[in-house]
Amino acid sequence: MSMEILTEDQQMVRDAAAGFLSASANVDSLRQRRNATQGGRGAHDPALLQAMAELGWYGILLPEDQGGVDLGARAAGLIAQEAGRNLSPLPFLGSAVLAAAVLRDCEDQDWAAKLASGEIQIAFAFEEGGKHAPDHVAMQALAMGNSYNLSGAKRHVADLTGADFVITTAQSDQGLGLFLLATQGTGVQIDPLATVDSGNYAHLQLDHAQAEAVLAIGERAETVLANALRVGRAVAAAELLGLADEAATRTSAYLKERKQFGMTLASFQALQHRAADLYCQIESTRAVVAAALDAIDQADPQAESLSRVAKAKATKTARLAVSEAVQMHGGIGMTDALDIGLFMKKARAAAEILGDHNHHSEWLLQQKGL
Amino acid sequence: MSDLESFRASTRAWLEENCPQPMRAPMTEADICWGGRNWQFQSEEQQIWLERMVARGWTVPRWPTAYGGAGLSGDEDRILAEEMERINARPPLQSFGIWMLGPALLQFGTEEQKRHYLPQIARGEIRWCQGYSEPGAGSDLAGVQTKGVDQGEYFEVSGQKIWTSYADKADWIFCLVRTEPDAPKHKGISFLLFDMASPGVSTKPIQLISGASPFCETFFDAVHVPKDQIVGARGAGWSVAKYLLTHEREMIAGTDSALFGSADLVAEAKAHIGLDSAGRLADPILRAQIADFLVDEAAFEAELEAARAWMRAGKMIGVQSARLKYTGTELNKRRQELLMAVGGLEALAWDSANAADHELASLWLRSKGNSIEGGTSEVMLSILSKGVLELG
Ligand SMILES: Cc1cc2nc3c(=O)[nH]c(=O)nc-3n(C[C@H](O)[C@H](O)[C@H](O)COP(=O)(O)OP(=O)(O)OC[C@H]3O[C@@H](n4cnc5c(N)ncnc54)[C@H](O)[C@@H]3O)c2cc1C
Repeated sequence: MSMEILTEDQQMVRDAAAGFLSASANVDSLRQRRNATQGGRGAHDPALLQAMAELGWYGILLPEDQGGVDLGARAAGLIAQEAGRNLSPLPFLGSAVLAAAVLRDCEDQDWAAKLASGEIQIAFAFEEGGKHAPDHVAMQALAMGNSYNLSGAKRHVADLTGADFVITTAQSDQGLGLFLLATQGTGVQIDPLATVDSGNYAHLQLDHAQAEAVLAIGERAETVLANALRVGRAVAAAELLGLADEAATRTSAYLKERKQFGMTLASFQALQHRAADLYCQIESTRAVVAAALDAIDQADPQAESLSRVAKAKATKTARLAVSEAVQMHGGIGMTDALDIGLFMKKARAAAEILGDHNHHSEWLLQQKGL
Repeated sequence: MSDLESFRASTRAWLEENCPQPMRAPMTEADICWGGRNWQFQSEEQQIWLERMVARGWTVPRWPTAYGGAGLSGDEDRILAEEMERINARPPLQSFGIWMLGPALLQFGTEEQKRHYLPQIARGEIRWCQGYSEPGAGSDLAGVQTKGVDQGEYFEVSGQKIWTSYADKADWIFCLVRTEPDAPKHKGISFLLFDMASPGVSTKPIQLISGASPFCETFFDAVHVPKDQIVGARGAGWSVAKYLLTHEREMIAGTDSALFGSADLVAEAKAHIGLDSAGRLADPILRAQIADFLVDEAAFEAELEAARAWMRAGKMIGVQSARLKYTGTELNKRRQELLMAVGGLEALAWDSANAADHELASLWLRSKGNSIEGGTSEVMLSILSKGVLELG
């Protein structure tokens, strides 16, 4: 039971996402990916990428003149929520949201259209350490004629393995810059990683690699980056919300089915109350995630703060949901055969992507002058 | 010099001389010496260390010498533990026999059983597993349905256990079996011991979310168990089972270093997060969370030490073991969560081939089982609210 008002377009997007993801990019797809890539060291399934393009998802944030369908952040959030529910192994956040948001705000035509059509895959690289710190940019961009040569390292870049291009942040003679590079170019090294959630992450090492395009530089780059991170974290929060909701739903179903002491687990008040508490947390999260996405679509000044609260809250709610899920399943919750553990693993990784609870609550404290 | 002082001095000297250097290094689960018929020592030093400690009875220091121990007093035992810790000496042998079955046999076994089974445990010759949980009997453990039919000389045991840790590696099992089908639930269970190599026993490993496969489904199909392999009286197995659980819970509560690696939260936080110009952890919120944890952890260490002193003084731990188990395992889960937060993206690393080994993410996932195995946190709270607070 939740209170969610959606436009007709948004409902259609959600239903299409729910239908496609639950049938074709679900927990079983994640298990296949895990087995096929030894824990994530591999590209995404090309058939899924193709389907994403056909659904118009790469262009969800892009205006029509950039080849997109322009449905906005809320619609992107609805897709992410379904992706979270299904643990879908897709480059949605990295390519369709982060990279697309950068290209949109750089008013780039060519690259955006190619991304939207699914012709090329683009990742976005902005982390250099173990904790989210997009302001920390040590990668250097040296002006060479009318282009730039980049050197340095980015770490844990989402959806990089198998991508054709990568957009990266770097320091230039004119301040922060956003540069697009071909992943096959000289001086580009990609090290795919195996991670607990079998996601697609890789380290990126650049050694005098030449940029294909300078997307933005200076103050403009700062703004573009801030916009991309804002929508990215709100969409990431939506994904965590979907994940938490599904873990809670599966757990409630189990409580109704499993019997001990001659009755269902659902009849024990200690568990009833915890399930109800989790429900309350999820509904709070749902409301703030929707508020953040709507604020972004309406260019509301509250969007920055709401997007951070949404990511912090969703991270915390998802952590609660998966730990309650494992605990309330008992021994079977600890088995790899049951899907619940995969939800726990994904929640852990998603917590760190684009900033965890502490990161965003620290921002909030500073805003309040504390 | 008092007796205890000279005991300390001689113990220190003996350990210095006899504990091989490689056995003084921090260990992970993979380095544990479990013993058993099929045990393959991981190194020559591991074998030497075990043999030397066995010869002194120090694998089970407090057990009487007649049963393979050293008959140490509570104080001597503490000194030995302190002296081992001083040089980081690894436990030479760890096993369900030492932690669980041994104490139950000392309490409930016949003299013959003690002389037969205990020295095998002390020497690491027989590795035991615990056949308690069943698909239908987890928190409701007394609901076990594995049946033992009286066939005169022996019980014929049939049924299924689940989550049996290391059943595929164990030599013998201690097992809860319903031998009195007509008696009330808690009065129909017997505590049986039998060889896992008996005809009719089979196991099937189950993979954990942490990557390893240490527990199994265990099946019994008309297994013959001679009648003298019962501990306690027929139908009185529940008392033995509960007593054993108090030891298991105390053990799980103290599972800090051995199973969960040597990762030091404070050092990791400094290394990954760094310090600000005032010398404080650069993430102030994480810093406060670590502070909160460290206070609870220090209090728990005192609590555990007090419980150990209590037991060394020869007193029973009883239902109090539920509080140690609850607090200790919930703390360990918090510790692993904090280590993951400290490591951030780096801590997501996962080598599926060796996942159970050294990796933080694997240990973090394994810690989630702590509040389930040996009785869940909810069961511990029920035991305390009923058994101590007399609520309901
Ligand atoms: C890593 C690991 C190793 C293990 N090793 C062994 C072993 O070697 N041998 C062995 O015999 N067993 C072993 N176990 C099994 C363990 O003892 C059981 O999993 C545990 O007792 C819980 O039983 P269950 O899994 O059936 O969960 P359930 O009893 O089905 O419980 C599911 C959830 O419901 C809760 N619940 C149940 N009843 C109540 C109630 N009345 N009020 C409130 N909440 C309730 C539980 O606390 C839990 O959260 C192991 C388990 C794990 C995870």
